[in-house]
Amino acid sequence: MPKLVAKILITVLIGGFLGATLVRLAPGFGADEEELDARLSHRSIEAMRDTRKNEGNLFVFYFGYLNRLLHGDLGNSRTLQRPVSQLVAERLPETLKSVALGLALGWSAGFLLAVAIVMSRAWYLDLLGSLLVGVLLCLPAAVLALLFVLAQAPARFLLGLVVFPKIFRYSRNLLARSSALPHVLTARAKGLGNVRVLVWHILPTAGPQLLALLGVTVSVAFTAAIPMEALCDMPGIGQLAWKAALGRDVALLVNLTMIVTLVTLTANSISDVMGKSFRVSEA
Amino acid sequence: MKWARITAIVFLLTVSAACLLADFIAPAPYAHQFREEPDASPSRQHPLGTDDLGRDRFSRVLYGTRVSLLLAPAAALLSSLMAAFIGGIAGFSGGRVERWVMAGTDLFLSLPWLFLLITVRALLPLNVSPIVSVLITFAMLGCLGWAGAARIICADARALAQSDFILLARASGSNGFQLLWRHLVPNLKPVLYAQFWISVPVFILTEANLGILGLGVAEPLPSWGSLLRELEGFSAISGQAWQLVPLILFILVVSSFHLVLTKEELPV
Repeated sequence: MPKLVAKILITVLIGGFLGATLVRLAPGFGADEEELDARLSHRSIEAMRDTRKNEGNLFVFYFGYLNRLLHGDLGNSRTLQRPVSQLVAERLPETLKSVALGLALGWSAGFLLAVAIVMSRAWYLDLLGSLLVGVLLCLPAAVLALLFVLAQAPARFLLGLVVFPKIFRYSRNLLARSSALPHVLTARAKGLGNVRVLVWHILPTAGPQLLALLGVTVSVAFTAAIPMEALCDMPGIGQLAWKAALGRDVALLVNLTMIVTLVTLTANSISDVMGKSFRVSEA
Repeated sequence: MKWARITAIVFLLTVSAACLLADFIAPAPYAHQFREEPDASPSRQHPLGTDDLGRDRFSRVLYGTRVSLLLAPAAALLSSLMAAFIGGIAGFSGGRVERWVMAGTDLFLSLPWLFLLITVRALLPLNVSPIVSVLITFAMLGCLGWAGAARIICADARALAQSDFILLARASGSNGFQLLWRHLVPNLKPVLYAQFWISVPVFILTEANLGILGLGVAEPLPSWGSLLRELEGFSAISGQAWQLVPLILFILVVSSFHLVLTKEELPV
């Protein structure tokens, strides 16, 4: 566990350094609109420039950035003229809600369909599932969002539709592989019911890998949140990132990317730990 | 599934040929505006009608498909080569080099893909010519999409580096470069081939996402992103079903790319 926390911290520190470098090198960095104010004297402008002098050195800039970050100050958004921390605090819960609902829907539908296909071994169900997943995998999240807008469907369900094909395909392959293992075949031959075979013999084998998939789907859902929130007009961090990208607000974008990276890394680490403890308990 | 694979390849070849011959097939240049006929229905002159700016939709579909079908494989080639270089060196060297390179790869993989893309896109000029914007978009996809493939190639290269034939080659006096070039790279070809074909539809989908969000290829050059963005103005009531043709073509092309790989070549 301490190793995992250290890994996350190091990743965030390196990510923060790369992010600060991007902000430092972004076009327009160091330019202040206030300098255009005709009422300011030459000496006032010089004084303003002096306050930003230290930011010229990348490492000084980075440590200053990190210091502010540790105090919860993520800087100001250039386009929205508001503190980034305030914007994130307002919008992150909205995105987290959508992601949680999307994952719950996607996992329920994808996993249950995979279980139904593997256990029933019905070819028509497999064909239907494969066709549906095949079409969904060919649709970009942005097109799905547009279709949701056109159909006036509740946008929150969209993330479920984005993660569903990935969960279904992976779970079906994994469960099919596990159900072909010799000990599962023996259990079937001995006359065990479908539920017992699934719960006692198939799921324990496939469990750790399915838990690893859980972490991956968190990242997929966050990525799909950008087009969903941008096109369905939902006030989450995906929409904020899109607006920041259009307005070239690199400081805001870098902070958002770091926050999402932290969330996905934490989710991946939790699923890893759960997978490992699952293996240990099985052994 | 052999028939499905053959059908997919034939379909992709047909679409590619049609796009490459767009200069001869298209009824009008992609940016030409028929100002008297905006949002026109299909006719002999405009087989798929015109868009809201009066541009021939069929021509735009042909040129847009050409852009995506030419540049997505180019981006996939770039990312596969980067993955081969990074993953191959890491796997072949092993030890500390492998650990450090893979830690870097993990860091790259933990960054959310679309967030990373739009951050990098925001750093690059948005007000560039359409040709430059299309090159920037696909070059960015190629440069940022190597990490997943590098991990797989590293694992394969590690397994190969420990195999008997490499040991024999080493014992015969082959140096590092010879081992890499003559023995490792040829054996990594199937994995690289699979990674290339997996990357192409991923890049097509990502470009479409970026294009719909207004962060992809600049107007008036068409790409699938800008063509699919037209769906914003689609209305089921108006019954303009021909507006869905780019979407149907998009689904068919992407699913054909998915079908090109055999089951054995696909990851789980």
